[in-house]
Amino acid sequence: MGDYLVLFPLIVPLFFAILSLFAWRAITWQRGLAVVGTLILFSSGIALLDVVIHEGIRTVQIGNWPPPYGISLVVDAFSAFMVVIAGGLAFLIAVFSLGSMDEARLRYGFYPLFFVLLMGVCGAFITGDIFNLYVWFEVMLMASFVLMALGGERAQLEGALKYVILNLLSSALFLSATAVLYSLTGTLNMADLSIRLRTTIAPDLVTTVAVMYLIAFSIKAAVFPLFFWLPASYHTPPVTVTALFSGLLTKVGVYALIRVFTLLFLADVAFTHTLILALGGFTMVTGVLGAAAQYDIRRLLSFHIISQIGYLLMGLGLFTQSALAATLYFMVHVIIAKAVLFLIAELLYRMGGSFDLRHLGGFYRAYPWLALGFLLPALSLAGVPPLSGFFGKLALVQAGLVEGQFVIVGVSLAVSLLTLFSMTKIWNEAFWKPASKELRSLSGSTGQRMALILPIVLMGLITLGLGLGAEPVYALAQQAAAQLLDPGAYVAAVFGGLP
Amino acid sequence: MLVIILSGFIFAVFIPWLYRRFGARSGWLFALLPLGWLFYLAGQAPLVLGQGQAIEEHIPWVPSLGVELAFRLDGLGMLFALLVTGIGALVIIYGGGYLSGHPYQGRFFLLITLFMVAMLGVVLSDHLLLLFVFWELTSITSFLLIGFEHQRYGARAAAWQALLVTAGGGLALLAGLVLLSQVAGSGLISVINQNGAAIRSSSLYTAALLLILIGAFTKSAQFPFHFWLPNAMVAPTPVSAYLHSATMVKAGVFLLARLTPALAGTSLWQALVSSVGFMTLLVGALLALGQRDLKRLLAYTTVGALGTMTFLLGLGGDLAIKAAVVYILAHAFYKGALFLVAGAVDHSTGTRDIERLGNLASILPWVTLAALLAGISMAGLPPALGFLAKELFFESLMESTWPHYLSLGGAILAGAITFVVAALVAFKPFWGRTQDVPHPPHPVSVEFWLGPVILSGLGLVVGIMPALATPLIQGAVQSILQSSLKVKLALWHGITPVLGFSLLTLGLGGLGWAFYRRLWQGGEIWRKLAPWGPARLYEVGLNGLRRFAAWQTRVLQNGYLRFYVMTIVLTTVLLTGFTLLSRLAWLGVGGWGDIRFYEFVVVVLMIAAAVVIPRLRSRLATVATMGMIGYGLVLIYLIYSAPDLAMVQFAIETLTVILFVLAVYRLPKFTRLTPSPTRFLDLLVAIGGGMLMTALVLIVTARPLVPHISDYFAQNSLLLANGRNVVNVILVDFRGLDTLGEITVLALAGIGVYALVRLTLGRLMVYFEGLEEEEEAEHERAL
Repeated sequence: MGDYLVLFPLIVPLFFAILSLFAWRAITWQRGLAVVGTLILFSSGIALLDVVIHEGIRTVQIGNWPPPYGISLVVDAFSAFMVVIAGGLAFLIAVFSLGSMDEARLRYGFYPLFFVLLMGVCGAFITGDIFNLYVWFEVMLMASFVLMALGGERAQLEGALKYVILNLLSSALFLSATAVLYSLTGTLNMADLSIRLRTTIAPDLVTTVAVMYLIAFSIKAAVFPLFFWLPASYHTPPVTVTALFSGLLTKVGVYALIRVFTLLFLADVAFTHTLILALGGFTMVTGVLGAAAQYDIRRLLSFHIISQIGYLLMGLGLFTQSALAATLYFMVHVIIAKAVLFLIAELLYRMGGSFDLRHLGGFYRAYPWLALGFLLPALSLAGVPPLSGFFGKLALVQAGLVEGQFVIVGVSLAVSLLTLFSMTKIWNEAFWKPASKELRSLSGSTGQRMALILPIVLMGLITLGLGLGAEPVYALAQQAAAQLLDPGAYVAAVFGGLP
Repeated sequence: MLVIILSGFIFAVFIPWLYRRFGARSGWLFALLPLGWLFYLAGQAPLVLGQGQAIEEHIPWVPSLGVELAFRLDGLGMLFALLVTGIGALVIIYGGGYLSGHPYQGRFFLLITLFMVAMLGVVLSDHLLLLFVFWELTSITSFLLIGFEHQRYGARAAAWQALLVTAGGGLALLAGLVLLSQVAGSGLISVINQNGAAIRSSSLYTAALLLILIGAFTKSAQFPFHFWLPNAMVAPTPVSAYLHSATMVKAGVFLLARLTPALAGTSLWQALVSSVGFMTLLVGALLALGQRDLKRLLAYTTVGALGTMTFLLGLGGDLAIKAAVVYILAHAFYKGALFLVAGAVDHSTGTRDIERLGNLASILPWVTLAALLAGISMAGLPPALGFLAKELFFESLMESTWPHYLSLGGAILAGAITFVVAALVAFKPFWGRTQDVPHPPHPVSVEFWLGPVILSGLGLVVGIMPALATPLIQGAVQSILQSSLKVKLALWHGITPVLGFSLLTLGLGGLGWAFYRRLWQGGEIWRKLAPWGPARLYEVGLNGLRRFAAWQTRVLQNGYLRFYVMTIVLTTVLLTGFTLLSRLAWLGVGGWGDIRFYEFVVVVLMIAAAVVIPRLRSRLATVATMGMIGYGLVLIYLIYSAPDLAMVQFAIETLTVILFVLAVYRLPKFTRLTPSPTRFLDLLVAIGGGMLMTALVLIVTARPLVPHISDYFAQNSLLLANGRNVVNVILVDFRGLDTLGEITVLALAGIGVYALVRLTLGRLMVYFEGLEEEEEAEHERAL
């Protein structure tokens, strides 16, 4: 049973996507399916994580073709961890969507697209085959492109166009790199690649391919100087969609980077991982500066996504167990904190009538609970203790100082001050500044309002809980990081102990 | 002690509810909590102070990151914890009266309680990172309390400034603390303090010290970070009294004292800490000149007092540490009281302007009493504790290695100015000519005078009978010095040079008081000098940052897709090209000889088409020319015996061209917007990209093909999968999952097209000209 569980992250979204397609006109049904489907996905992620923690890496060979000839699905602690986060976030967004999504978009396939996006994301997390990873990237790209354009507003179309063109560059590069890799090694299975790349005859060429992958995935992850698609597009679709994207899309890019730079490309760590560290530093800085210049909350938060990606790269670039663990912990933290901030932006828009900080105001006086709901994730993002972001930052700082990487540590701390700056800017403008016009209360039925509020409350509590109870999650991250640093275990799991 | 912290946080959760029940009177109720803690702590005094035993608690929190809930109640912690809880109780009672009727009174109680818990956490932590957690919490609660009257722009700006300065310092502090714990091999302060020698000889000592000092100096408003503190006076007065005078701003001083055994004693420490302290004490005193607002006067003298404490901790040694502790205690008593007095006066009259206040003694008798008692202490007059503190200060200066004319001169000057301020704040509003105030002064209720009377009374009582406070002071001194030094305090030291200095200070102060108007006119100069002060630097820095951020964003995220594409291609070419070239001796590319003629023709045609495309103005021609490249590819597939691929490619090309032709038929011609130099650059980047891919392909194809999984597919396609067409078997069986993904993509594209055609919210017509992101960028540029 344990091994079939590996298939769940793929099958559940696919199944629910098809069900939602059948319920094309029955929006109420689709809504129910969305909540139930994501909940099942989340639960199966938890079950999978539990199995992986206790029994080690699980694999499935699609069609029973032996590795490396068929496609392997491989779930280690890192993969399961990511599936859990993705499932959890998807569930919360699905609940939020009950109150936030307009009927027009629901009638044109929002939920089927939502599930296919999840299928692509989870597929990327669990595949053990580099070309199959490419396929999931394509699924994700197409689903997110359509979700982004769905509605056909002018700004949406422009954003979606830039989004898809720049991401296709990434796909092209990914495919080219895979072609080169295939002709060097004759295989696509990542475990097999791991072995062959260690004994390959052309280590220098491998490093070149590594850099190609680095760029391809860095485009996906919105790393400096390749992040343009993100600020160009993320503020255009409905905020619900942006919140989902913010939690999933770039993070799949980071996942792929971590996967290939711990499993495959270890030939020249001094070069590749230092490059990653440097890119991480620039990403943090340019992202946060971009945010400092914004007044539209959605744009501001979008730039912060970029900045936080830099922190994720920092742990990979440092390339020690504690640094990788820090990155994984940071991943949970940032996905939740960032998504909930987007959701709050939606509430501010509904009640204050604008996304522009210059036109918002008065929320602290009128809605102290919303203020608290904002303050928790916002301060967490800025790394204020005892919230989740603090421990993420602390872990990275500790890992960096142990390695003597003072520059990146200094940069990361300075950037967290700038993050605090722009979070408190939102606070000053939207919450403290007197309202320029009367705030509306949330419209809609009680159920709809609950759907809008509940996910925000839950995510705020998660942020607080992740901080106060950092130990279990961090210990798990440590375990996953240890697994990542032992590619032999991955290979052994795929080949059944016979590499 | 965890009980204290937890009970505080849990209690805080119920404050909004309790406040709704009990209203303004709930101040008395909420004060019970700190009073309870006060008694609990006092109950530990015999053990901690009498026997010199610290009480410790260790509970694991995040062991993987080395963070522990380690608390330790020693002499120093006891001193601060008593101050925090005692003054906290009085301030909460005071807030019940002062903010009575204010719509945010409930939020005040909540925030001040949270702050109190955080501050207690700071002084009771025995773990560097735990201390940091509470340290940052005090910054955040301080931010929310300074911005209490957030409708006003000034309050928001001051809150922001205080937060950015202290949190900025806090980040340096974090790095410093992590370094320190890595050097010491432990995060426990008690352990670190026992390994002082090893830490001071470490190569990372300097870095750790500097970072920690930045944290301490920003928090304790040391020069040049002092500017946030006077601005923080926009907070309600009880907040100023509690956070920005009696407790929070002393956190930096506390940290210096706490880490003295580990970090002090080096010449770097002495030079840096004492000179920053000295500068601050001078700056604080001098900037007070010319101020007319009660609270700002008190704020600047607070800066001066914090400087004095830092100065003394920098000097180090038994006497200086003793002086520092006595000074901390004395200052907490008189300054806390005077702030509360200022608030009462403000509440009663509606102004804090010393020029307009006078003759309040009959209306505010108790407040006047408190003011006088506290004023005596602040002025350094016997028999108050302030006098004792000043005597000890002078004594330590006599002992120090600093040149006496400088240190004593500065101390006497600052002391004299403090005397004048004390007279202005504690004497002038209550006597003399009648006031000219916004509304007729009204008497104030007991909440207003209880706190000040108790605090100022304590200052007097302890001054007269120092033995009362000696155990407390001795306990603190002992834990700073980690020795069993016995402390004896006496008001009367005999006829010594120090007494002479005291008299000189008082004489100068009296003189200054007599001519204070002229002196205060002289203070006008600060207004003229302000553009060169550090506050200005903060402002310039912040604006510069904003401008730089806006500029950077305009350059990077400029809205032009062509720029984005070019940057990505350029990055790819540079990074990959660099890696390739720096690693390969030269590309062993062979086999140019066997190119056949028709291959040559096809390739030349494709290249020609590629060169022509960018020059075309007609969309139709562009589509057709692109078709040429596609059909060229079809021919190449045919030549290399891949008829199935050729057929697919042929179908795709044909369909694409037809669809494009249908779609673009009605569109206008391309317009050329880019200038020639840009086009040249584009050309270079394009050539670079092409060359990179060509080189890679040539290198790879020059190598022998690695047959691995492809052989397996060829051999087993029929045997195991029952299919003769290997490609088909790969697609639907060996790698069927890929195909599942790809058909999903197709289905999605179908939904996408359907939705795009049918669902157009907002505008029905879609224009691609004047795109939104570009418009925004243009707009920014125009600004």
